[in-house]
Amino acid sequence: MVCLTLCLTFFTMYKEQPSLKQEKMSYQEKKSIVSLISSLLIFGSYCVYVYQAQGGGNPDVEDPRFWASAILVLIPVSIAAKIVISIFFSIVYKIATNEAEPSFSDELDKLIGLKAVRASHYVFVLGFLLALLALVLHQPLSVMFIVLALAGFLSEVAGLLTQLYLYRKGV
Amino acid sequence: MGKSPISNNIRKLRFNNGEMTQQQLAEKVRVTRQTIVAIEAGKYSPSLELAFRIAVAFGLPLEDVFTYHPE
Repeated sequence: MVCLTLCLTFFTMYKEQPSLKQEKMSYQEKKSIVSLISSLLIFGSYCVYVYQAQGGGNPDVEDPRFWASAILVLIPVSIAAKIVISIFFSIVYKIATNEAEPSFSDELDKLIGLKAVRASHYVFVLGFLLALLALVLHQPLSVMFIVLALAGFLSEVAGLLTQLYLYRKGV
Repeated sequence: MGKSPISNNIRKLRFNNGEMTQQQLAEKVRVTRQTIVAIEAGKYSPSLELAFRIAVAFGLPLEDVFTYHPE
């Protein structure tokens, strides 16, 4: 529901701003922005969930099993949430613009996708190294897992921002 | 992104071909409309295969559609 509202607000705002109309936003750009917002929402909800689980007093935050299970829960939940948001986006896009979404990826989409994956990969590797560094510096285990989860989130954001930038500015 | 050394006159050719829309051209050469928009705006240099497909769509040789400007 929140995503549907966000999508509708986004399309309405876009329609009302004449300055944005000068360079019309493509389907791919809008999809990148919606993905970015949904990633923020999912990761935000995940942080709240972990914080509440921690606050409940039942798990030991230095227990690697707690973090492993928290991260393992995040993966399927975020995939499912993204699929649902993507379906919502397609429906709202069709209603708002009366245009069908592209049914395939062409060479430009594939090239931008590859560049986005590369940027995402660089950020995740950097985060992974920082997580290892935290262990080397005798930081608590929770710090290592937090850095790792944050690296996963930031790598996704980096990929989406790269996509958005390349669709806007060109390859 | 730097300015591409390859320019094109797709917009003019579309106009001369019965005011063909970007969507119609995109369907003819099997890409998305966004790719045609990016090529026309000089934001993307197409692959050789796509460049040939565009030229064939207009029934012209490649050099009549694309021009290379060496530095």
